[in-house]
Amino acid sequence: MRDTKHAKTVLMTGNEAIGEAAVAAGCRLYAGYPITPQNELTAYMSKRMVEEKRVFIQSESELAAINMVFGASVAGARAMTSSSSPGISLKQEGISYLAGCELPAVIVNIMRGGPGLGNIAPAQSDYFQATRGGGHGDYRTIALAPSSVEEAAELTRLAFDLADKYRGPVLVVGDGILGQMMEPVQNSKFKIQNSKLLPKPWALTGAKGRKPNIIRSLYLKPGALEEFNKKLQRKYEEIKEKETRFENILTKDAELVIVAYGTTSRITKAAVQSLRKKNKKAGLIRPITIWPFPDKAIKDAAENTKVFLAVEMSNGQMVEDVELAVKGRRPVHFYGRPGGGVPTPEEIEKEAEKLL
Amino acid sequence: MRKIFAKPKSLRDVPTHYCPGCGHGIVHRLICEVIDEFNIREKTIGIAPVGCAVIAYDYWDFDVTEAAHGRPPAVATGIKRILPSNIVFTYQGDGDLAAIGTAEIIHTANRGENITVIFVNNGNYGMTGGQMAPTTLLKQKTKTTPFGRDKVRDGYPLKISEMLAVLDGVVYLERVSVHKPANVRVAKKAIKRAFQTQIEKKGFSMVEVVAMCPVGWGTSCEGSVKWIEDNIIKYYPLGILKEKSEILNPKSETNSKSEIRNKS
Repeated sequence: MRDTKHAKTVLMTGNEAIGEAAVAAGCRLYAGYPITPQNELTAYMSKRMVEEKRVFIQSESELAAINMVFGASVAGARAMTSSSSPGISLKQEGISYLAGCELPAVIVNIMRGGPGLGNIAPAQSDYFQATRGGGHGDYRTIALAPSSVEEAAELTRLAFDLADKYRGPVLVVGDGILGQMMEPVQNSKFKIQNSKLLPKPWALTGAKGRKPNIIRSLYLKPGALEEFNKKLQRKYEEIKEKETRFENILTKDAELVIVAYGTTSRITKAAVQSLRKKNKKAGLIRPITIWPFPDKAIKDAAENTKVFLAVEMSNGQMVEDVELAVKGRRPVHFYGRPGGGVPTPEEIEKEAEKLL
Repeated sequence: MRKIFAKPKSLRDVPTHYCPGCGHGIVHRLICEVIDEFNIREKTIGIAPVGCAVIAYDYWDFDVTEAAHGRPPAVATGIKRILPSNIVFTYQGDGDLAAIGTAEIIHTANRGENITVIFVNNGNYGMTGGQMAPTTLLKQKTKTTPFGRDKVRDGYPLKISEMLAVLDGVVYLERVSVHKPANVRVAKKAIKRAFQTQIEKKGFSMVEVVAMCPVGWGTSCEGSVKWIEDNIIKYYPLGILKEKSEILNPKSETNSKSEIRNKS
C-alpha cells in the first residue's frame, strides 16, 4: 500500500480512493463482506481503519455489515459499508431501516453485471435500485455517481456530509472500472476534515442528563406513519431542490444531447469531442447525482436541442428519467450495453451520428 | 418508613400490552432491577427486537433502538464497538434469535463481542399469532403445526444455546425460567451475572429465559406453568451451559494483532 502522506498526488484505484476519503471524512466504523469488484476497498479499510484505531469488521454477511453500520450510526458515529450488486441487494433491508429510522450512513455499490450472480464486469444495471429507494417502503436515497477516481474521493466525502445533514443513507455508485482503475488523485482530497461535524442529539449514548432517546421506524398509532412519511417526502423535496448535481459539457449549441453518468459519461465525453472535431454539434449532460436526477437541466436542454440519447451500461434504466424530464417534447433514444458490456467511444459516436 | 419493594427506576410506570400470564413483563422487570442495582441506567443501550417485545422502549426508561428482525446482535456489535464503555444488550425472542437471526447470533458470539443477550424462549411466534418457532417442541400444536410439530416435516427443536456454548467467544451462558418464583430469583441472578460479565469486559454473555405464552400455547396461565414444568425444561434443561473463568476479550487487542501480521 502506498504512502499517501507526503506526495502531492497519489496513484490509486477508485476503491482505495473511496476508502481513504472515508477515513478523511471521519468514518469510525467500516463493515464489509468480500465480493468482486470491490474487494480492494475492504482490504484497504482493514489496514487503514486499524492504523487509525477505528473499527474494521469483516462481517459474516452483507446483512450483518449493514446492521453493524446501523448500530454505529445509532451510536452517533460516521459509518460505511461497501459491496457490489448482489451484496447490495442483501443490504436493502438495512437501507430501508436506515431510511425509516432517519440514520446517516454511506453505502458504496461498485456495480457488476446482473441479474443474479451475473458476472464481475462493470455495469450500471442497479440504477433503478439506487434511485427508487431499493428496499421496501416510500423512501429515496441520495445516489452520487463519480466518473473518475478523484471524483470518487470527493463524492465519498460529500456522501458523509449529506448523510449527516439529511439524516439518511447515501449511496456512492460506481462500477468495476471505476473501482479498479488507477488514476492520480490530489493528496489534498484526503486532508482530515477539521470542520466540526453536525451535533447528533438524537444518538444513543446513554441517557445521562437527558431523557432517553429512542430510535425506531415503527409507528402504530393511526395516522402516525402517514405523518412520518409526509415528513420524509418534505425532506426529499428539499434534497431535490438543494442537492441536484450535474455537469453540462458543450450543451449550449448542441443539436444532440447525450445523457450519461459514471464511467459511461467518460467514454461518451470522448465521443462528443470526436464529433465536435467533425463539426457535429453534440453535447453531454452528466448527472453527478442520479437521485436526485437533474431533470431541470434536461428540461432546459430540451428547449434548444433537437434530440436526446441516453447511454448506459444496462438495458435502459436512466433513459426513463430522461424521458420523464423531456416530457415528450423531443425524441429520446437509447444506446446500452447490458451484462457487463462496455461501449467504446466509436460505438457511441456511430449511434450519435445516426441522430445528427 | 423504609421502602422494601418498589418499581425499578429503569422501568417506566405504564401498563404493558402483554397478554395475561406472559413472561415478558417479568423479564423486563428483572433486567431493569439489575440495571438499577449496577447503577448503569445512564450508560445502558438496549436493542428491542421484532416480535412481542417490539415496543419494549415504551417500558424501559433508558436509550433503546429498534433493529430489523434477527439483526440485534449485528446492531449491538456496531454500537458497542463505537461506545465500548457503554452497556449494550439485546432482547430477542426465539424466532428473532434462533431462526431469522441465526447467523448474526453465532458470529457475534464467536467474535466474543462484549455484549449481553437476553434470549426469551417461549416456543412460538407470539406477535404474529402463535406460529411454530425453532424452539417449538415435538408434537406441540401451533398455528402452523395444527397436527403437532412433526420431526420429519419440521425438524427438531433447536438447541441454540447448546450450539453457542461450544464457541470460544462465549464467556457466560445460562438457561433459566420464570415460571415459578424460585426460578425467577435464579433468573435474576443469571441476568445479573451476564451484565457483570460485560461490565468486567470479559466478553459475550447470554441468558436464555424460558417464558410462558399461555395465549400462544392455547392454554391458561396455570396451564402454561405446567407446560414448562412438564415439557419444556425436560427438553431444555435449566442451568449454566458455559462459564469461562479466563478473560479474553478487550477489543483493543485487534490493533496489536494486525501490526504483528504486517511485520511478518
